[in-house]
Amino acid sequence: MVKGQGNLFGPDAEEESEGASKKRRAKKATDGSDSTTSSGGSGGSRKTAEAMAKSQREISVSEFFTKNRHLLGFDNPRKALLTAVKEAVDNSLDACEEAGILPDLLVEIRQMQGYDDRYTVIVQDNGPGIVKAQVPNIFGKLLYGSKFHRLKQSRGQQGIGISAAGMYGQLTTGNPVRITSRTGKRAKAHYFEVRLNTSKNKPEFTDEERESDFDHGTRVEIDMQAEYRRGMRSVDEYLKQTAVSNPHVRLTWNDPSGNSIVYERGTDELPQETKEIKPHPHGIELGLLIKMLSDSNERTLHAFLQTEFSRVSAKVSHEICDIAKLSTRAHPKRIARAEADRLHAALGKVKIMAPPTNCIAPIGEAVLLAGLQKEIKADFYTASTRPPAVYRGNPFIIEAALAYGREGDTMEVTDEGKILTRKKAASHETELLGNADEAIRLVRFANRVPLQHQQSACAITKGVISVAWKNYMLSQPKGALPIGPMVLIVHIASVWVPFTSESKEAIASYPEILKELKLAVQECGRKLATHIRKGKRIATEYMKRDYIATYLPHIGLGLQEILGISDEVRDKDVEILTDVLERTRKV
Amino acid sequence: MAAKKKAKKAATKRATDVDKRVGTVTGVRTKAQQDLDKKTVEVITEEAKRVHDHILQRKKPDLVFPVRSLGNVRYDKKVGYFELGRGRKRRNLTFNSVKNFAQMLRMMATSKTMVEINDAATKREAYYNSKNWGDAKFKEQTESDTVMDDIEAMFSLHGITREQLRFKPAEHGGSVAGNIVIIDRDLETGDPEEIDCTRMGRSAWRIPAHVEHLDFRTDADFVLAIETNGTYERLATHKFWREYNCILIEMGGVPTRACRRFIRLLADKKKIPVYAFVDCDPYGIANIYRSLKVGSGNAAHINQFFCVPQAQFLGVTPQDIIDYQLREKDAVHRLGEIDIKRAKDALKNDPFFQSHKEWTKAIQLLLKMGVRAEQQAFAAYDLNFVIREYLPEKLKKKSFLP
Repeated sequence: MVKGQGNLFGPDAEEESEGASKKRRAKKATDGSDSTTSSGGSGGSRKTAEAMAKSQREISVSEFFTKNRHLLGFDNPRKALLTAVKEAVDNSLDACEEAGILPDLLVEIRQMQGYDDRYTVIVQDNGPGIVKAQVPNIFGKLLYGSKFHRLKQSRGQQGIGISAAGMYGQLTTGNPVRITSRTGKRAKAHYFEVRLNTSKNKPEFTDEERESDFDHGTRVEIDMQAEYRRGMRSVDEYLKQTAVSNPHVRLTWNDPSGNSIVYERGTDELPQETKEIKPHPHGIELGLLIKMLSDSNERTLHAFLQTEFSRVSAKVSHEICDIAKLSTRAHPKRIARAEADRLHAALGKVKIMAPPTNCIAPIGEAVLLAGLQKEIKADFYTASTRPPAVYRGNPFIIEAALAYGREGDTMEVTDEGKILTRKKAASHETELLGNADEAIRLVRFANRVPLQHQQSACAITKGVISVAWKNYMLSQPKGALPIGPMVLIVHIASVWVPFTSESKEAIASYPEILKELKLAVQECGRKLATHIRKGKRIATEYMKRDYIATYLPHIGLGLQEILGISDEVRDKDVEILTDVLERTRKV
Repeated sequence: MAAKKKAKKAATKRATDVDKRVGTVTGVRTKAQQDLDKKTVEVITEEAKRVHDHILQRKKPDLVFPVRSLGNVRYDKKVGYFELGRGRKRRNLTFNSVKNFAQMLRMMATSKTMVEINDAATKREAYYNSKNWGDAKFKEQTESDTVMDDIEAMFSLHGITREQLRFKPAEHGGSVAGNIVIIDRDLETGDPEEIDCTRMGRSAWRIPAHVEHLDFRTDADFVLAIETNGTYERLATHKFWREYNCILIEMGGVPTRACRRFIRLLADKKKIPVYAFVDCDPYGIANIYRSLKVGSGNAAHINQFFCVPQAQFLGVTPQDIIDYQLREKDAVHRLGEIDIKRAKDALKNDPFFQSHKEWTKAIQLLLKMGVRAEQQAFAAYDLNFVIREYLPEKLKKKSFLP
């Protein structure tokens, strides 16, 4: 099994260990000959259908993704490392939250001894653990999971991520994924070594009982070819952003150089528990409708509509059937293709309540602010959570929050109307907040997961760019992000986040999403503009007062010379004047 | 704040703006001058006291000025000069005015000191003097001139002139020749010093910046105020004043304040008429003559001192152009655009010309002819035509414009 792994490399893969790439070159030659024989048409010799049939066979999902691993976010060693951490952390957080446990995570990356380009990724959580029977499937089978078939807000949704990470590790190092899981104090911990048989998309594993130093939770270790670097789109940044959007998580991060950072909790409250929902009639696709009809156990169309969809009442169901010219008592399984078409059209026409929104949990303005304040030292914070909206029948919520300016940029005004300068914080390298002459830093979250790649392809970026930032006191080059010392966070929470690809890097630009995005960002923008104007006003007022204070003593001197008053009286005069002027000048 | 500290430091080692030890410069003061100086000091102190009281009452202090423009000017023939209207503006102590406010007070202080030690400063000196005011100093002389104008306007409301505030205009006042003895005073002893203007040789007596203390002895029949140096020289060198028993004064364009004040004092004290002899163009009429007689619009606050209401316009009148056939002699020039604008402006906006029909007609005639004539134009006949023919005829006819 171990030896066979090399064969699975796709010809498009670029970065492997030296040994693996040698094998790949050998394989490439055969691939090449295969493709010329099977492509046909181009050469002089024609092939028969029968001859072609010999090379036509099923493609396993695993094989497909091995060749197309860029779709899953494993296009290069640096990105692969981040994707692996991300998938593991997503799973851990989802598991903890579903079990109602305040997450306490350990993320560790270690360089493998004897290798420059191999690392071990370790993610350990305090979640509920995984029962013994499911471990191999979850970690050793692509498209296996609990989250795909339901409409519920969670970080993972496809059942690909962690097994793909394992597969990538296995392909690049030959080592299996190592999992230790314990479901409770009384249960024993189980240690698994799982490999993925890519041609069958099936796990192969060993397991044994082991002692563990935790009561419940899961620990995943993946060896992989990778590259560790700091800076933009690094594991460090991803974890920091995760801490911002998940202030209920305690996170310990041990980097390869032996540094350890602990992101403490900002809140002890778990995010509001979300409900699973049925699809909403608006935005359902015909194919899905047909599948739902044939899968349904209901006996009448009337019952089918009411149980399989959200927000369909008996009245609405009647209305739908009327428009579709179908009997309410028709059997769902017997609804023909043409009738399904009419039903689909009818679903779109009927006025139906927006989907229930208790299925999505926004981070919330207060928690967002807490997260921002905890991780970013800034002069001004604001957040805005939009009411739920619907795209293609899927409810979603957009939230935006921003941190602006260096701490102390704005001067303080006392109740007496005095202006105090504040000590300005020095900037340091690792923080998210950029400089005043740089583009703002945009941090995107989907269901609390930071999105690191493909910023420009993402609906969030497009939405932010489409806002006229000039109105909010920031300069903005045409078609680009505005300029300013600002971190802008945008979060989309949805039962189904429309990613543009399986690697979950960018969000598709649905008009409804763009609209909500803009509204959320604009609301933050308005508050920002107020803040900036206020800051400018105070600064101008400070300068004016300084100017006044330059000349008031001369009024004192002039009066003294003319009236012959004493130095004390003169100074008192200047003092009173200063006070009177400051009182009458509003900030 | 840093500025405050700086100012305090400046205060402790403050150099007196005018050093009191230097003593008097302008000489011994007459009783009248002493009274005037006493009043000046009182008024300055009063203004400062008002500001100080405002501060003690925790109110924003303010300063009151007259509005300086033609819109705030009245003309009454009986009064005889442009009078300041009721327009006043109040300058509150604000961000925009604080610098000006401070500078005014400091300049008032300088003025008071100068009065006390009987000294005076030119505009330029006042500007340089501000250089030891630290932050409040003037960067350009235009700034100090503006502040000086403000102070002057402010105190004109109390009947105090710039000269009494001891700021000298740098300009000199013009030249005097003829039947007059001017009585000045010795700067050190205060003894009278007589200057006989009939015995000045080829030169003339120059009107000083400060004329208030002068006295005169004369039996002249009139004063002839002349615009150009050329005509003045001709009349002076030919001793025109001897034959016609008069005093010649060269104004050199628009008369300076000292020149106006000198003529006024002379005319008032000796009760003699003043005739103006200027070019026949809108500038000569509306600027030179009008300023001499009634003062100017934008400095209306000083007109009561610096005008000669008894002045009359001898010539050159527009009618003279016709009577002396200057056009036929080709001794005229076409009115330029600026001339026409100035003439129309005089007809439309100037209360002085508006209240004298003769002037309205004369200016309309000038505009109709479209030409102007200089006072030296009579040389077209011969060089001394002006002495021999023109002036004697005009003086005989006495057909002056008001």
